[in-house]
Amino acid sequence: MSAFEPAGGSGNVLLSLVVWTPMIGAFLVLLLPREQVDGARRAAFVFSLITFLLSLGLWAGFRPNTAEFQFLEQHPWIPEWGIQYLLGIDGVSLFLVLLTTFLTPLVILFSFDGVQKRVKEYFFFMLALETGLVGTFVALDLFLFYVFWELMLVPMYFIIGIWGGQRRIYASIKFLIYTLTASLLMLLAILYLVGAHARAGAPTTFDVRLLYDVALSPAEQGWLFAAFAVAFAVKVPMFPLHTWLPDAHVEAPTGGSVILASVMLKLGTYGFLRFAMPLFPTAMAAATPFILALAVVGIVYGAMVAMVQPDLKKLVAYSSVSHLGFVMLGLFALNPMGIQGAIYQMLNHGLSTGALFLLVGMIYERRHTRLISDFGGLWKPLPRYAAVFMVVTLSSIGLPGLNGFVGEFLILLGAFGQSRLAAVLASSGLILGAVYMLWMFQRVFFGPVRHEENMALADLRPREVAVLAPVVAMIVVMGVYPKPFLEVMEPSVKAIIARMEKQQARAVAIDGQGAATKPARGV
Amino acid sequence: MHETHAAAEAVILHSQVLWLIPTLPLLGFLIAVAAERVPGLVKITSPVAVLAAFAVTVAAAAALFAAPPGARLSQTAYTWMTSGPFHADVAFRFDALSAVMALFVTGVGLLIHVYSVGYMAHDDCCPRFFAYMNLFMFAMLLLVLGDNLLVLFVGWEGVGLCSYLLIGFWYENDDNAAAGKKAFIVNRIGDMGFVLGLFLLAWSLAPAAGGVLDLGFAHIEAHAASLAPGTATVIALLLLFGATGKSAQIPLYVWLPDAMAGPTPVSALIHAATMVTAGVYMIARLNVVYMLSPAAMQAVAVLGAATAFFAATIALVQNDIKKVLAYSTVSQIGFMMLALGVGAFATAVFHVMTHAFFKGLLFLGAGSVIHGMGGEQDVRKMGGLRTRMPVTFWTFAAATLAIAGAPGFAGFFSKDEILYHTWAGGHPWLWLVATAAATLTAFYMFRVLFLTFFGELRADPDTAHHVHESPPVMTIPLAILAVLSIVGGWVGLPEHWLWGNRFGGFLAPVTGHPHLATGGLLGEGGLMVIATTVAFAGAALAYVFYLRRPDMPATLSRNMRGVYELLLDKYRIDELYDATVVTPYVRCSTFLWKVADQELIDGFVNGVAGSLIANGDLWRRLQTGNVQHYALVFLGGVVAVLAYYVIR
Repeated sequence: MSAFEPAGGSGNVLLSLVVWTPMIGAFLVLLLPREQVDGARRAAFVFSLITFLLSLGLWAGFRPNTAEFQFLEQHPWIPEWGIQYLLGIDGVSLFLVLLTTFLTPLVILFSFDGVQKRVKEYFFFMLALETGLVGTFVALDLFLFYVFWELMLVPMYFIIGIWGGQRRIYASIKFLIYTLTASLLMLLAILYLVGAHARAGAPTTFDVRLLYDVALSPAEQGWLFAAFAVAFAVKVPMFPLHTWLPDAHVEAPTGGSVILASVMLKLGTYGFLRFAMPLFPTAMAAATPFILALAVVGIVYGAMVAMVQPDLKKLVAYSSVSHLGFVMLGLFALNPMGIQGAIYQMLNHGLSTGALFLLVGMIYERRHTRLISDFGGLWKPLPRYAAVFMVVTLSSIGLPGLNGFVGEFLILLGAFGQSRLAAVLASSGLILGAVYMLWMFQRVFFGPVRHEENMALADLRPREVAVLAPVVAMIVVMGVYPKPFLEVMEPSVKAIIARMEKQQARAVAIDGQGAATKPARGV
Repeated sequence: MHETHAAAEAVILHSQVLWLIPTLPLLGFLIAVAAERVPGLVKITSPVAVLAAFAVTVAAAAALFAAPPGARLSQTAYTWMTSGPFHADVAFRFDALSAVMALFVTGVGLLIHVYSVGYMAHDDCCPRFFAYMNLFMFAMLLLVLGDNLLVLFVGWEGVGLCSYLLIGFWYENDDNAAAGKKAFIVNRIGDMGFVLGLFLLAWSLAPAAGGVLDLGFAHIEAHAASLAPGTATVIALLLLFGATGKSAQIPLYVWLPDAMAGPTPVSALIHAATMVTAGVYMIARLNVVYMLSPAAMQAVAVLGAATAFFAATIALVQNDIKKVLAYSTVSQIGFMMLALGVGAFATAVFHVMTHAFFKGLLFLGAGSVIHGMGGEQDVRKMGGLRTRMPVTFWTFAAATLAIAGAPGFAGFFSKDEILYHTWAGGHPWLWLVATAAATLTAFYMFRVLFLTFFGELRADPDTAHHVHESPPVMTIPLAILAVLSIVGGWVGLPEHWLWGNRFGGFLAPVTGHPHLATGGLLGEGGLMVIATTVAFAGAALAYVFYLRRPDMPATLSRNMRGVYELLLDKYRIDELYDATVVTPYVRCSTFLWKVADQELIDGFVNGVAGSLIANGDLWRRLQTGNVQHYALVFLGGVVAVLAYYVIR
């Protein structure tokens, strides 16, 4: 374990290894001859597996008692602009990295069967995507963060645009325009923020740890927060910026849907927690009621629209709008329960929604349809598939004992301390979630087999079991024993809350009209 | 009115075995899942798992009896969640209340598991059945043994899940699947109230507890006195709403009659003896909170009495034997709620226990009849089974006498105590309603007894030919429950009779013990005479209607067609909910999708995008469709970035 010892110091490259191993794998895959389809598959799987094992080293070497960033790597990149290659993780990003590295090998394994055209390129983009995603979670230099943020869009754009369904071009362009437009605003805000820091006499830097202390006028905070918030809100996606999501999901190939829903959406909520909220706490406090309202609308709206979807994938896509509404609600509860619950819920959603997309993909490969009305009575021919689907459904609707409950409960408990009204309205999501999921489950699995061709469907194959089993295991483990996860998050979450409160107190002290802003109610 | 709780000084015995009580059935579940291809094995391991849990429960109860009054066993398994000021353990408590619940849950559960081996003998899905049943036992035992509201809630939702799975056990029938889903969702509606109650409770106790958020029962008892009366009322009403879901009370009782779609042992175990009394247990457990709010207590009492009467009226005319029993269960839980509402917490739990005996027996007896009749559930097609199914008949009759309140039978003592406390607690109107409901109870139960077991068999000849008594594996559990239905009430005699109310005394350290100054004009004996008389009148009326003058019911229903059909249609409450909740919700959702989402929001987005790229030329040129081009462009970007970094 000596490699992990200097976790806080320099000279440790483990984090870089986790970020770049997939990219190395990606180019290796690209270099393979076109005929070597199996080779490409195996190479991609092996590289993603190595990445996962390396990331376990991060967990093993992580010191849980501190809020400091760990596994720091700090090198100058473009010194004249103060841009650095600056990586580090804390209790917030550690598990999001693990989620990414955990799911990628499973998605790649699933795609062994599912992807038959342009196999090499597919795995190239998948691995490149992993580098972009992990990089975004661990970059502490805002410029580097932005580079990774844009970097991950490109592979996803191609994955949807090339391996997608009928309307893939429309969906991929919609996805790209939505996110690009929003993130351009963020880039401007980043540059303005760095400039403000430099004007105050400090050397130019994109190091977010230093930028947290920039003194900004309330108006500046407002504009910058808005720019960041829009970029992240599109990603989350928050109502009403969500309409790219159902299209992107429906058209994306299964692997793309899984990564999109399980990991990419979390970049939005992660962005709020890492950047938008602590960088601009005064503006954030002022916007809290507004964001809580949008979160609650998202929870209810997503659940209602999900219920009436005829297409399984669209149903799951809209359910994400509802689930991510819970995450936003937790973040803006601004207390440890809410925020830890929100991070937990990000992981839960990654597992359960990822599994749902995998399951839908498996049935799609067999029947080439995703319409609920084409199914019915599937429990009979597919008992094991149905049992896994049931467990994942229960995880998704927050059954106590499984992972989803821990997140939802902490979020609502925290939200109740911040805004009783928001918590009351949001808890209707407990009912509405059960309504759309169980109704879907009933129409797909119960009743008589209505379509002849469903009679002869094959139950889960060994490879599919290998893909699903780790996810189901995590769903149970994280429901029964969440303490190890929550413990590791807690110091970082408390530090973020303390930072926001300190900033707000300072803002109030400087500007006498600070009484108009509502302080974060930490506990 | 109440003695102060002895809990503050309670002796706590640390136990290492409590976790086994729920976990052994969980093990049975895992075995049943693993051995799904070996039904013969599962039929043994599944009841044995419950037997083992029963044995540990008995051992724990023995330890509790040996300890001084008010002691409890306790075990903290591990820390479940911790976040800021919030903390929750997976912890178990075994005090008098939990002991009573766990004993009858495992005991009756064991009998029903054994019975199920016979009942499900012909079903090749039986490993799945026993897996669900074991999982249910696990959840139910978590519910009654959990030492905080969060573990209780795990069990609470877990039993709901098993209920859902077992109602829809024969999933190929659409109605069964729909009934299961309805049960789950209606329960979830109640659960929303429940969790909001938890949140309000935790946050309201925090100021007095140094900011700590904790849902442990000891914590709640220690700090409940700090709750403002209004807050206590809101908390109690939110939790009560949760209880109306799980325990099938107005307004959320509608799922229980539909739940009869499940196999009959499920109806006996889950929808009569154990799960549906969870709400009663929860309120009894939180009696310190409820006692803070007279308004909430009044609400519990009124709701209970209303449900007791309302459901009994529906049960009068139903023809499906299981439907009668289902409405009867709703009604009987109403009696328990009434007891809670008048502060007689121990009495409510007493009725929970006796009800588990006789209602479990009634359902198992009905199952035996259905089994013997080849699946028939309509009492109009039964009759005369007294001679063909003698064990079933005698045990069913014992249970009927128990529920009707025949002197000396189990239900007599528990129901009498409820009526007595209602009257003596100063609720003469509620007493009147409850006594009327008791009369109806005697009537509808004897109606079923007479229609099923007396007169001539009205089945078609083919079915009639095959009618048979059930095998011993089914009738022995019936006989044991019959004994319990007869003598099970003697642990709770009225005060000053023989050994008095041992049951109430045992529970008093947990539930408090209401001391009523006097029974008013009527003493307990006088009330007892009234209750017995009206119950006898109900039974006698059923005798006239269904044995002496079989034409009378038909005449009556013709003359009072409106009332009769309203009752037969269960007051059309389902239709009301459909029209006012379900249909508008679906319509609204469709509107949001088709109009708000697709036309307004997406229309706006596409409109903006369309006008920005008016001719779309740019995008068409970018869409060469050649992957090599894309890959090249992407590669170039990556290389450029990397190169810059490396050269630097």
